[in-house]
Formats: sequence, C-alpha cells, structure tokens
Amino acid sequence: MIKLNINRKSYELDVDPETPLLWVLRDVIGLVGTKYGCGVAQCGACVVHLQGQAVRSCVTKVSRAVGQEVVTIEGLSENNDHPLQKAWLELDVSQCGYCQAGQIMSAAVLLKGNKNPTDKDIDSAMEGNICRCGTYLRIHKAIHLAAEIQRKNPK
Amino acid sequence: MEQFKSTTHSRRSFLRSSLLAGGGLMISFTWFAETAAGTSNGTDLPEWIEINGYIKITPDNIIKILNPNPEFGQNVMTSLPMIVAEELDADWQKVVIEMGPHDNVKLGPQFTGGSNSVRMYWKPLREAGATARRMLMEAAAQSWNVPVEEVSTKAAMLYHEKSGKSGTYGSFASKASVIPIPKGVKLKEVKDFKVVRNSQKNVEGLKIVSGKPLFGLDYKHEGMLIAMIEHPPAFGMKLKSFDAAETLKMPGIKDVFRQKLYEDGFEQAGFDTRTYNELLVVVGKTTWEVMNARKKLKANWEPAGDSKETVNFRGQKREVLIPGQLESTDAQLDKMQEYANKPAEQLRRDGDPEAAFKNAAQVIERTYNAPFLAHNCMEPMNFFAHVTDEKALLVGPLQAPGWTEPTLAKVLGLPADKIEIQMTRMGGGFGRRAYGHYLVEAALISKKVKAPVKLVYTREDDMTYGIYRPMYTATYRAALDANKNLVAFHVKGGGIPEHAIHANRFPAGAVENYLAEAWQIPSNITIGAFRAPRSNFNAAAEQSFLDELAEAMGKDPIDFRLELLKKAKENPVGKNNEYDADRYAGVLKLVKEKSGWGNTENNKYSRGVAAYFCHNSYAAHVVDMVMRNGRPYVERVFSAMDCGIVVNPDAATNMVEGAIVDGIGNAFYGKLSHKEGAPEQNNFSRYRMIRHSEAPKKIEVHFVQNDIDPTGLGEPPFPPVFGAVANALYKSTNKRYYNQPFLGAPLQPKSKPENKRSF
Ligand code: FES
Ligand code: FES
Repeated sequence: MIKLNINRKSYELDVDPETPLLWVLRDVIGLVGTKYGCGVAQCGACVVHLQGQAVRSCVTKVSRAVGQEVVTIEGLSENNDHPLQKAWLELDVSQCGYCQAGQIMSAAVLLKGNKNPTDKDIDSAMEGNICRCGTYLRIHKAIHLAAEIQRKNPK
Repeated sequence: MEQFKSTTHSRRSFLRSSLLAGGGLMISFTWFAETAAGTSNGTDLPEWIEINGYIKITPDNIIKILNPNPEFGQNVMTSLPMIVAEELDADWQKVVIEMGPHDNVKLGPQFTGGSNSVRMYWKPLREAGATARRMLMEAAAQSWNVPVEEVSTKAAMLYHEKSGKSGTYGSFASKASVIPIPKGVKLKEVKDFKVVRNSQKNVEGLKIVSGKPLFGLDYKHEGMLIAMIEHPPAFGMKLKSFDAAETLKMPGIKDVFRQKLYEDGFEQAGFDTRTYNELLVVVGKTTWEVMNARKKLKANWEPAGDSKETVNFRGQKREVLIPGQLESTDAQLDKMQEYANKPAEQLRRDGDPEAAFKNAAQVIERTYNAPFLAHNCMEPMNFFAHVTDEKALLVGPLQAPGWTEPTLAKVLGLPADKIEIQMTRMGGGFGRRAYGHYLVEAALISKKVKAPVKLVYTREDDMTYGIYRPMYTATYRAALDANKNLVAFHVKGGGIPEHAIHANRFPAGAVENYLAEAWQIPSNITIGAFRAPRSNFNAAAEQSFLDELAEAMGKDPIDFRLELLKKAKENPVGKNNEYDADRYAGVLKLVKEKSGWGNTENNKYSRGVAAYFCHNSYAAHVVDMVMRNGRPYVERVFSAMDCGIVVNPDAATNMVEGAIVDGIGNAFYGKLSHKEGAPEQNNFSRYRMIRHSEAPKKIEVHFVQNDIDPTGLGEPPFPPVFGAVANALYKSTNKRYYNQPFLGAPLQPKSKPENKRSF
C-alpha cells in the first residue's frame, strides 16, 4: 500500500512503487488534468508540485511522493482563482489547451519564489514547457499579469 | 487539404436537395422538418425543444448551441456558435455551448482542416440562427395577435413596443417549433453585428486552466482496457514473428496479438492512409503496465518488399506501388538530385520560357530543400473504442469523422448508423488527425478482445509512426533582360512522395514567360496533410527566391512584389490565376505601413518580409531578427492578414501568433530524417521544438477590414513565416538559407553542396 497526499486529500493505493506519479494520477486516481506529452522529461505537460517544487511526474516514481504534499492543476486553487488561472483567462492564452496545465504549474512555482519576475526569469523558468500551438507569447504576458494580480492581493 | 470545398462532400440524397434548395448547407432545416413531424431521433432530453440542428432553447430561456466541428485549438467551439448567436440575437454571455456528436446527416461534413470550418459553416449557421429567430418572432406575433413586422428581438427576448408586451425566447420556443420553416429569412447587415467581430473568450477556457477532462486521453469508460501497438522499427519492414511469453507474465497484461488493419485488396479512400498494415498489439489494465510490458516483447521483423495498394480518391481509383526499400535521407537527397535533372510533368506554361531564358542577359537559379516533418501534436494519437457485434462507440480526438466513419463501417462490417463517433477536444491536430487509422486500430482491437479499449500511442509511437509532411525540393530560375527586368520565371519542383508546386499561384500571372513543372518519387514513408500542405514549402522557397531576385534587380522586396501584382491585376498573363492581386497587394501594403518598413529606427533589426496566398486568405509578415550569443532570435513580427470578416478578433490574433511561432520553430529546427527506413527522431530530446525563450516577445497582427465572407485562418499565416525568416537570416548573417531546417543540421545533398542545379 502506498500512502499519498494529493491536493490535501489522502489516498491509499495498491500500486507498484516504481510507477511514475503521472500514471498513478491519471489512471489510478483519475486526476487527468496532468498530461502525458513525452514521458521523458522533455515537454513539461506533466508538471506537478511536490513539496512546492515543480517536478515532472512522468519521470517521478510514485514512491518518491510518499510523505510529501502533491499538488496538481486540480488542486492549485480552491475556486480556480489562482492569479495564474485568472491571468490565463483574462488573456485567453489557450489554443488546444493540452500543454496549459503544465505551463501553469511551472509558472506557479516561479511566482511563489519571485514576486516580480523579469522576462529572463520567465524565459528560464518556462524553457522546459513545450507549447506546440505556439502560445508562448501569451503565456509570457499572462505570467507578468499574474505577478501583478498577486502583488495587488498578497495572500 | 485545401482542394476540398464543402460542396464536394457526399450527401445522402434528401440532404443534397436541401443543399440545392437552400443555396449552401441548409442541412438543419431538413432535419427540423422531420423532428417537427414527430420523428425525433430520441437522443435529446425531453425538456429540450428542438428549433433546428444547431440550436436548442429551453422554456426557461437557456439557449444551447451545438458546435458542429471538432475543436483542435482553432477555437471553433467559440467562433461557430458565435455566428449562430449573432443571427439569433441571443445573449452571448448566457449561451451554453456543447460539442455536437458526429452526425453527417444533421451537422454537415464536420471537417476541421483546410482552414475551412468558419468558411464552410458561415452561411448555414447564419441562416440557422436567423431562421430560428424569425420563427420565434412569428410565434410571439401569433400569441400577441400583432403583425410579425412589429416584433423585435434583443438578447433572447421578444418585444412588441406598441403594446408593451415582451417575453423570453424560451416562453415561445414550443410554439415556434411547429411554425412552418420560413424561407429566405433576411440576414443581418455586417455593420449591425454585435457578437461576431467582437472578441469573445474561449468557451472552454476555464475547463482548460482547471484541468477538467476534455481530451481523448482523459476519456474513461467502465471496464476500459488500455492497448498499445508495436510497429515495425523502420519503413519498409513488417512483422515476421513474435514471442510474447515474457510480456504476458507482466502484471496487468491481458493479451498480445497481431492485428491486421485492411484485408488484401482493400480499397482505401483518400484519408485511409496507415503506416503499417500489421501491428503487434499489447492489451492490459493500465497505461504504465502496458508500456512496461511492451519492452519485454520479442518481435522479429523482415523486409516487406514492394507492395501495391488500391486507392480510391474521390471516385478516381488507382493502383499505387509502394517500394519496399529501406530509405535513408542522404540517399533520398541524391535521388532528388537525379530526378531534378530528368524531364518532368509540365503543370503550366505561358509565353515562350525556353526562348526567354536563352536570350536572357542574366539567369538566376536557386534550389531549396525541406525535410519530412512530424506533426508532434501535444496530445499523442489515441482513441477509445467499444465494439460489439451490433454496434460501435468511438470516442476521442479526430479532425474528420465523416471520412473515418465509412471506413469503420467497411472494416467492422457494421452499418454506418450503428457507429457512433464522439469527438473530444484535440490536443492539436495540424492535419495529423484527419487520418483516422488509429480509430480503425482501436476498433479492431476492441472487437478482438471484446471489451472497451483505449488505444494509446506513446510519444515515440506518435513520432515514428507518422503521416508526415513530405520531403520537398524546388529549383527556381529567373531570367532578367539587360535592363534587369524579369522576363521569365521557371519552377521545377519535386518531392518524396509528392511535390508541392501550385502552378497557378503568384508569381504566375505576373510574368510573360512562365513554366511550372513537377516530378515525384514513390516512397514507403507515409505522408499527409500538415498545416497548409504544400504551401508550407512553397512560401519558404518562392518567397526566399523573390527576395534574392529583388536584390539582384536592385529593388525593394515589397515594392518588387507590388510591381508584379500590379501587372497581374492590370495585365494578367495566362488563365486560372488563383489569387486576387488586389487583396494580395493589400496585405503587403498593410504590413509595410504597420512595420514601419524603411524607417531607420528599425535598422537595429535584420528584417525579412514574405507574403503568401493559400486557403483563400492572404498573409504578409515582416520578421525582425537580432543576433544574441551568436545565434539568431526573432524579436518582433508584424503581420497583416486578409481573411475577410474576422469572427472573433482576439482568438484570430492568437491563432496568427501561434502560426508564427510554429513557423519559426519548424523553419529553424523541424526535421524528421531516416536511416535505413528508421526515423532518427523519436521524442523531443531529438526532435527540436521551439521553446519559450525563442518565441518573439512581440507579434503585432493586423487584419484588413472588409465585409467579405470569412475565409480560413488556421493555415494561411503559417507558410510565409518560413520565407520571412529565411530573408531575415540573410540580413543577419549575409548568407542565404536554402535548406531547411535553417539551424542545426540542414538538409543538404552531399554530392552537390553548392546551390546550383541545371535542368
Ligand atoms: S510528459 Fe513529462 S515532461 Fe513530457
Ligand atoms: S495550447 Fe496547444 S500545446 Fe499549448
């Protein structure tokens, strides 16, 4: 049995400890907001938070998540009101939308540690997230906007 | 895909007449007539009152609009219902949008591709909305006992001003549903649009940012198993034998078997392309278990040898010989070289090009090459299927359900009305998901294991089992007279296995002596539509060539194009010129103005310009490049588009921005190469994709404002990016870029490194 804490909820699961967290989330628990894009830590579609750090769940064994807090896109905010989610909607960032959960989860870690990121900060924090539809420009602007929203309403 | 006009889709007969009678796709009206007569299809909840195929209105005034077309990020799920809401006079903020099921009878061809969605549905959706509104007005007029002309509408409400009476659409919906369908209802004037031409937010935006299940891979079904396929490691190989003993011992694994797709002699329709006809299938409980167990398979592969396929493309049946050799990119380039020197098929001839070249004072000749490209949709191919003896349910991402359904019916031996296809949001398409082989695979697997199954491709499967953009080449030649006037133009293009030449496009029509020729080399590497098929190569090659030509003639590249377009307009050469010279010139002038072309303050950038016409729309870009740390970055892009009326301006802008980023990425890095038939790239570690820091920080998109019915936008902005990038690279590096991808290891024939080739 593997005990997990995901989005502030406890789970006890009978899974192979070697299984990547991504497939436990998607196939076993049914949290499908975290996406599969490459399986080899190249695209960022699968980014989740492990103790507040961005990890690629496709290459993170579920055993590593034991005793840690896991947050997925579904648990990023209570009412879909994280500044990034607001900014994403405000700027209508998405095209197909497939990469966006991973983009937001990567950006969330950046914003936690950096209240006022520069273009360069954003570039380097987001380099691991591919958007095949090419929404990078809007993602970039939305991160700046989210930072602004966050500065105005510090939690 | 651009050759598919909506009128060429086949129809069941009673729909055809509806088409003729209505002038356009008045499909919903036919269905409405049936529903009104009490033959409802039974799939709708009883409290919904059908107005017609696209619109439902509840008594409590909830308006639900079905989006007929598959959504892959082009935002049709928002833009198509906007068109209905506009004519219906609904309150856009309160409209509920849902994805329509696949139903060729009720909803039309439902094809996403060829930049056709808005263009194809523009009229029928407007008519549907306007007719529904008119019927509601008539229902109100009857109840109130007033002339219908005195009834007005606003935000889903009906009003009779004189008597002060009013009511919601919902309160008259039941009554409206039995009113005979009015004919020829007047549509709104473009100037009166309130919803259309105003930016509306993506209706699924919230679901996307909160991680709701939207995509095919997210779909779940009671008792669903996961299937994966193991395909030959190289094009030209096939499965010989296998040993699954180890795999079957792995946890969660249910079955391993070989699965043939099409029976021998199967007549393939145009979009039935599949890469390998026989696959090794592993079925198990969860994705990870199947992924793992696959690694234990012991498969033996052997050369497939030459084979023949019967393809029936729109009634034209032909036998295609598929050569069996294992192809390598180097050898392919050499072979292209060889074919380029042979006589080719003539596609168009104006004047006397041979004489003009013979008498020319100067001849400029350049050759351009481009590799196979993989679509790399962010969501790998996948589909759910549950097939029983009586019926089939399929759920997942695809662009052209109407083309896949007949194939499924044939392969499964089921009547079409026993096959239900539900379409999920797609994690990208780019043409890839017009090829429904993965539905056929999923369906056959489900049938075999007698269970609901989701077929999942890994990224590696997706990249190495592709329907790629072909490999292209073209040699352009221009003849100048002693005064440096362009007197002749010649293009000879080829490809594996298809060439890209559009013989009747610009600069055809603008040059007295013109010759277009093409050849192709058969191959076993499967190819298909890729965002702006063919155009995506032509606009790179031709627009680079025109840039070089302008330089040789001592002309500004924009002015040079405008001069040619002037000639094409005032004194067109030849027949069948596909483009409208005015609109083409229009985007060039607009981009010239908006980019501050010629302003010295822009000298810090290396600027490249290109324009192109495809899918009925016009695009021109100015790319501003800088060098940083020894490599080029596109810093800014100015873009001018003419696609007629822009339905949803901000979403349209997003799409153009995306096309530009996609174009830069593919121009810089896109490449799928082969060695002994095996793709050399199988994941993003080897297939370089454009990354966040490499996207321009500023893209300005300008639309030509006119009242022309909308044409496509998904594809047209993409092709000219390649040319503009090449031309900016020249300014940055003083070197012309002829071979894609421009950065990294470009495609260059070993045997002929210099850019010269005679024909
Ligand atoms: S799926 Fe994990 S990085 Fe791509
Ligand atoms: S929005 Fe489609 S991959 Fe990013």
